Amino acid sequence: MNDKKVMVEIEGVNKIYGGTNHVVKDLSISVYEGEFLTLLGSSGCGKTTTLRMVAGFEEPTSGSIKVAGVNIENQEPFERNVNTVFQSYALFPHMTIFDNVAYGLKIKKTAKAEIKERVTNMLDLVQLGGFEKRYPSQLSGGQKQRVAIARALINRPQVLLLDEPLGALDLKLRKQMQLELKRLQKKLNITFIYVTHDQEEALTMSDRIAIMNDGVLEQIGTPTDIYERPASKFVATFIGETNLFEGCVSGIEGDAVSVTLETGTVTAKGSDYQMNEMVAISVRPERMQYSFEPVEGFTIEASVKEQVYVGSILKAIVILPNGNEVKIERLAGQSIPTDGKVYLYWNEDDAKLIHSRSQVFFDAVENMTFSSVS
Amino acid sequence: MSRQSKRGVKKVSSIIFCTLVYLFLFLPIIVIVVNSFNATTSKPYLSWKGFTFDWYMKLFDNTALLSSFGNTILIAICSTLLATCIGTIAAVGMYKYKFKGKSAIDGLLYIPVVIPEIVLGISLLTLFTNTHIPRGVLTLVLAHTTFSIPYVIFNVRARLSGYDNSIEEASMDLGANRIKTFFNITLPVLAPGIGGGALLAFTLSIDDVIISYFTNGQTKTYPLKVMESIKSGVAPDVNALSTLILLGTVVLVILTQSGIFTKNKQ
Ligand SMILES: Nc1ncnc2c1ncn2[C@@H]1O[C@H](COP(=O)(O)OP(=O)(O)OP(=O)(O)O)[C@@H](O)[C@H]1O
Ligand SMILES: [Mg+2]
Repeated sequence: MNDKKVMVEIEGVNKIYGGTNHVVKDLSISVYEGEFLTLLGSSGCGKTTTLRMVAGFEEPTSGSIKVAGVNIENQEPFERNVNTVFQSYALFPHMTIFDNVAYGLKIKKTAKAEIKERVTNMLDLVQLGGFEKRYPSQLSGGQKQRVAIARALINRPQVLLLDEPLGALDLKLRKQMQLELKRLQKKLNITFIYVTHDQEEALTMSDRIAIMNDGVLEQIGTPTDIYERPASKFVATFIGETNLFEGCVSGIEGDAVSVTLETGTVTAKGSDYQMNEMVAISVRPERMQYSFEPVEGFTIEASVKEQVYVGSILKAIVILPNGNEVKIERLAGQSIPTDGKVYLYWNEDDAKLIHSRSQVFFDAVENMTFSSVS
Repeated sequence: MSRQSKRGVKKVSSIIFCTLVYLFLFLPIIVIVVNSFNATTSKPYLSWKGFTFDWYMKLFDNTALLSSFGNTILIAICSTLLATCIGTIAAVGMYKYKFKGKSAIDGLLYIPVVIPEIVLGISLLTLFTNTHIPRGVLTLVLAHTTFSIPYVIFNVRARLSGYDNSIEEASMDLGANRIKTFFNITLPVLAPGIGGGALLAFTLSIDDVIISYFTNGQTKTYPLKVMESIKSGVAPDVNALSTLILLGTVVLVILTQSGIFTKNKQ
């Protein structure tokens, strides 16, 4: 990826509303040409604000934004070769669907015949062929959203900013549109900056994901990176479910780090950790091992609380002696503890070591974690 | 009482009620229209003496009445244009920008609306005499503009309350500069509010008597002329002109209702 041209460069950007409301904090992200980058984060963490700064509707309090190597600080929104799919759709209520989609081309004084052809194709693409003469008020939320996508995409911008563009669609249509968007993005080689709440959507569509928490970039990396090697407790708990065991580094030998938990000492792989540092070990529910008999080496004794059946996945929640809950997940058909005592353990490769001390995260997230030390 | 007979009483009473309301509303208008075709020549022109078009013929010889009507139309058009422009800009500005004393200015808007017309008339007269502006068409236009502006603002603002600012952003995002955005997006979306405000301003200007009375100088508007003439009963040529105005209004209303002026539905 590094040999690719940087398309959007956000460098040290801060946004402070009204002098005190620090919404985006020292954000630096490089987005490569033709890349599909997803901004993921909880509600109110500054995703929309970041997009608005790139589009030109909001001015960064400090820092710079470059598009295709050019600093766009002094460019008006209509001078930037960046288009936006707005979270609120922002369709023109007094224009037909055709005119809405054709707007960008009309402004550019594209020939009438070409406009007609491109709009028709675009509407077919978002499955709205035949809706040309309707007005936005005569569409459903999902249909409006698709018009908004068509209206932006038809201009073939260098960069397309999408603010939760599939939020109002039902599951089936959303999956279809995900594939369609991804296909188009690759075909037209448009750089996408995509905002979503849906982590599954982020994991399946993105080339890279940037996780934001309260205006701070927590981690940026490929979906595998983010899922397998979370850089912070926030990321570990935000992407997928996980079990966190907190402890303290008690020995380092090469890349083998010994961590003392409340229930014993376990080794995990990791570099740049220090003695006596607070760390957390993250084990995904599907990687959690269990046995009804005591096993050799590190184990945690626990008792089964309940099982849940979620479609093709079976889940069990077990309780540790200190009262914390641990989740175990298996595909249907595999066995899962149903009641009584179990002994938990994990393979060293499945345990991810995470720095714990300097992490800032919400109380809400704290409550979501299944840490063994409170 | 059975349910059915109850319903019957309800139906009859609502028919009676509706008839009364419409009679009450339209009887005076019918009287004017009928009287404009009345052949009587003796004051107070009320007893029916047969059908005639004479008053319509006479009307076109009554240059004083016609010129007063011309003045009224001229003043209404000028003051409507001025009030609509000023009112629209004010409403949009007050919607978009935050500034000190905004709520105070908001409140002040209601004053020209609630203030007794006679007070506004006197104060305008004082203003015009003190500033030595000769009273005539100019002062009438200024006065009518003054009391029309708040109505335009209220109308445009009602439209703005459902207005989504992000459609302007979307327009700019798609490459339209501020001027294009204003004419392609802002203006058309606000048009119903602006049109409603303009119509209201026009109507207010046409039938204003009190404020015009204080600010007219030698210029006569149609309502002032009518006021003058009713000392001796309403002359049938006034009825004739009123009937023509009524006809014009009805045609306008029918045209608007049938959607000829509104290209796009919302
Ligand atoms: N114009 C503004 N003035 C003041 N504060 C604002 C403004 N716009 C946004 N904020 C605040 O900035 C924070 C981030 O807002 P933003 O819209 O970027 O969140 P988001 O990450 O897009 O959330 P969501 O996922 O809910 O859309 C919020 O706390 C919000 O209240
Ligand atoms: Mg948002």
